[in-house]
Amino acid sequence: MSEIDSNTMKYKLINMYQQNKAAIEEGLPDVVNRVRENAIRDFDRQGIPEKGSEAYKYTDLMRAFGKTYGYSFKAPKTDVDPETIFQCAVPDLDTYTILLENGWFYNKSGEQLNLPKGIIVRSFRDAATEFPELFEKHYNKYLESHKESIASFNTAFAQDGLFLHIPDGVVLEKPIQIINLLRGGNPLLVNQRNLIVVGKNSQAKVIVCDHTLSQQNFFANTVTEVFIDESAVFDYYSIQNQHNQSSQISSIFVNQMKNSNSLLNTLTLHGGFVRNNIHVKLAGEHAEANVYGLSLVDGKQHVDNFTFVDHAVANCNSNELYKNVLDDEATAAFNGRILVREDAQKTQAFQSNKNICLTQEAKMYTKPQLEIYADDVKCSHGATIGQIDEEALFYLKSRGIGGHEARMMLMHAFAYEVLSHIRVPVLMERYGDLVEKRLRGEFSKCEGCFVHCN
Amino acid sequence: MSEQDKILNEVTQNDYKYGFHSDIEQDDIPKGLSEDVVRLISAKKNEPEWLLEYRLNAYRNWLEMKMPKWAHLKIPEINYQDIIFYSAPKQQAKYESLDEVDPELIETFNKLGIPLDEQKMLSGVAVDAVMDSISVKTTFRDVLAEKGVIFCSFSEAVQEHPDLIQKYMGSVVPSNDNYFAALNSAVFSDGSFCFIPKGVRCPMELSTYFRINAANTGQFERTLIVAEEGSYVSYLEGCTAPMRDENQLHAAIVEIVIAADAEVKYSTVQNWYPGNKNGKGGIFNFVTKRGLCQGKNSKLRWSQVETGSAVTWKYPSTLLIGDNSSAEFYSVAVTNNHQQADTGTKMIHIGKNTKSTVVSKGISAGKSQNSYRGLVKVTKRAEGARNFSQCDSLLLGDRCGAHTFPYVECENNTAILEHEATTSKIGEDQIFYCNQRGISTEDAIGMIVNGYAKEVLNTLPMEFAVEAQKLLQISLEGSVG
Repeated sequence: MSEIDSNTMKYKLINMYQQNKAAIEEGLPDVVNRVRENAIRDFDRQGIPEKGSEAYKYTDLMRAFGKTYGYSFKAPKTDVDPETIFQCAVPDLDTYTILLENGWFYNKSGEQLNLPKGIIVRSFRDAATEFPELFEKHYNKYLESHKESIASFNTAFAQDGLFLHIPDGVVLEKPIQIINLLRGGNPLLVNQRNLIVVGKNSQAKVIVCDHTLSQQNFFANTVTEVFIDESAVFDYYSIQNQHNQSSQISSIFVNQMKNSNSLLNTLTLHGGFVRNNIHVKLAGEHAEANVYGLSLVDGKQHVDNFTFVDHAVANCNSNELYKNVLDDEATAAFNGRILVREDAQKTQAFQSNKNICLTQEAKMYTKPQLEIYADDVKCSHGATIGQIDEEALFYLKSRGIGGHEARMMLMHAFAYEVLSHIRVPVLMERYGDLVEKRLRGEFSKCEGCFVHCN
Repeated sequence: MSEQDKILNEVTQNDYKYGFHSDIEQDDIPKGLSEDVVRLISAKKNEPEWLLEYRLNAYRNWLEMKMPKWAHLKIPEINYQDIIFYSAPKQQAKYESLDEVDPELIETFNKLGIPLDEQKMLSGVAVDAVMDSISVKTTFRDVLAEKGVIFCSFSEAVQEHPDLIQKYMGSVVPSNDNYFAALNSAVFSDGSFCFIPKGVRCPMELSTYFRINAANTGQFERTLIVAEEGSYVSYLEGCTAPMRDENQLHAAIVEIVIAADAEVKYSTVQNWYPGNKNGKGGIFNFVTKRGLCQGKNSKLRWSQVETGSAVTWKYPSTLLIGDNSSAEFYSVAVTNNHQQADTGTKMIHIGKNTKSTVVSKGISAGKSQNSYRGLVKVTKRAEGARNFSQCDSLLLGDRCGAHTFPYVECENNTAILEHEATTSKIGEDQIFYCNQRGISTEDAIGMIVNGYAKEVLNTLPMEFAVEAQKLLQISLEGSVG
């Protein structure tokens, strides 16, 4: 159980903000600092949402907030060489690699990555000073502070993270891999803030790997804002692979303009407490959003995927598919909200959530939602909870495949539907391997990884 | 203006056909709600002490509760001190034949197209007509009595079968269950009581017509149905209400207790005054309906056609406690103009091998908002539970909304749960297909909507299916042929 109640924790955090305001604001420009006061007020007003409130119906945030953490207002001193660990969860993948440690940017300049001209990769804090016009335009614009308590908490504390800018008309073939490491000898709370701006007609793919390198209680509260300009294509693959004492709240706010196309894929392999907030606003016509997720959970893990697709204008499409495989005493929740605003005609929005419970103790909660204010639309959602089909199992067994193996095959097939939407063929293959290993329980977290953290 | 727009326009301009007000003398008490009012209601009905205590307890609970805000509804503040909580037609006498019934009441039913005598002769349906708050006429009592079936008004049951009432009342919906249930428990005026003894198959459909008739009078009915082991009953409830400009409050409770091997079918057609086309007036309908499938192999089926009320807040629920028990929920909800509906069901699987089916069809037109809100919960020991839910929404008009808020909670790995929902408008290709075969757009929309709702309408008893189809047509007149 939690060590303290949510109100006490809230005031503790607000206190921490007020006492360390100078340290937090140091080195950051006005564009980042001036929104803090408002954000902390929003956090104060909303507090840490209680379990049972609409957005956190099945998730007790005190599982993350209720522990004692240290906090660092300064960048850690790193002794890890990123070059040696950069292909951590997904080996043999040709990517540009960026390392963040405890929410702080490690590569001090983007040049060593040999990125195509014009692409900017910076630490969030450097970029805020260096590109004021981009920050003025995009920073803290895509999350509704008065509704997002936890993201507001991040806004108030934001010091560093990643800034990525793909200029207009640039097509980046190689994916950018962002490795988020959590390490240290003490429990730690981290607020990481990312901003990604994808210019007109450009294309980019980002792979985000979340790792823990030591067995402490970590709590990462990450907020990523993504702006996808007209006709741009952006893929965001997130692999969550932290140890089972860690907590993670990962919020991504995507704003899409005309003819843009996005793909968000979340693969949750390990992590004690994981909450993903995925908000996509289709703000320009003919935009398309694809939101996929796969969680393989066991032990006492809890994974909650909360998605909100906002069809603000006409002629947009969205597809959503989330799958969960629950083992042991794991619990998982899915909340999928689709909002079609007035006059967002010719909208097509599809959502599907499928879950397998393997044990008596596993619990699954799902809450798909459609809110539709326009009439010329095609929207649907579906949700299922069940087990492995006995008939399919029998079919395989009757052909000489052992019970265990047959189960593996069926589970892999179940998971494959999510993987099949990955638009990087090599990554899809790697994902398949990871999933298979994870299902077999023989998953060494970072095969081929230099840092043997687990 | 295209033809379809014209048709939709007609829909929004369609007025409530059942708007009239019959002048029957009312026996009112002063406006407002207080402990004294609760005592007064209880005294007027000559209730035993324990029932007064029950009411007072509920009232005290209610005072501490807050109006629930979670529904997708915009409800103006309700002033409970501006409502008359009890009104009864003056005539208290019992009638043996229709001749003795107030001719104006007969006239009222005639206007509704459901005259008592016709019902009695043609359909063999026993009608317990609730005119405002007191039961005026009960038919076929003798036929039912022969079988041991008790079917009477709630207040009569309190006097004649106090033991049964005391045993079952509040056992499904406790008086502190929710805000409106507490309100009802404190001030309920009358309702129906139905008891089917062990092994009896009720020989006829039981039906009650609820009417809200007096201006400014909230109506708070209570229905209690008890089906003993191996019994069967089909219960019908239908309502229409006269036109009124002020919002009228309606907060009802329906409790159903089903023992082993028993089966209950509960059908509703609700067509209360929905307000005029500008959203003025209309009934506020807050209903708590719940069934308890207590025994093994018990069965409950909810069928509802909701076309009326300015605001509908209604979630007929089933607790599947007995092993192998099953429940079905079939609903058509139509909203037009400024109507708002937030309706759905709850299926709580507690026993082993319990089954539930949910089929909900929403149709929204005009500027209305229509929401499905449902919960399917499988508790830890509900092994082999099975659920199938389907909620479809049909949109007619670009200013209306259709929403689905299903909650699925599974705590047992042997359960199989399926939920699906779609939202769309009538396809232009479908209308074109009908057009090119010589069917006018209006008829085509009618056919498609009827076909869309058929799955639900088919579950209604014959007598109701006809009325329900009429109601659908009236509610969407112009677009439904």
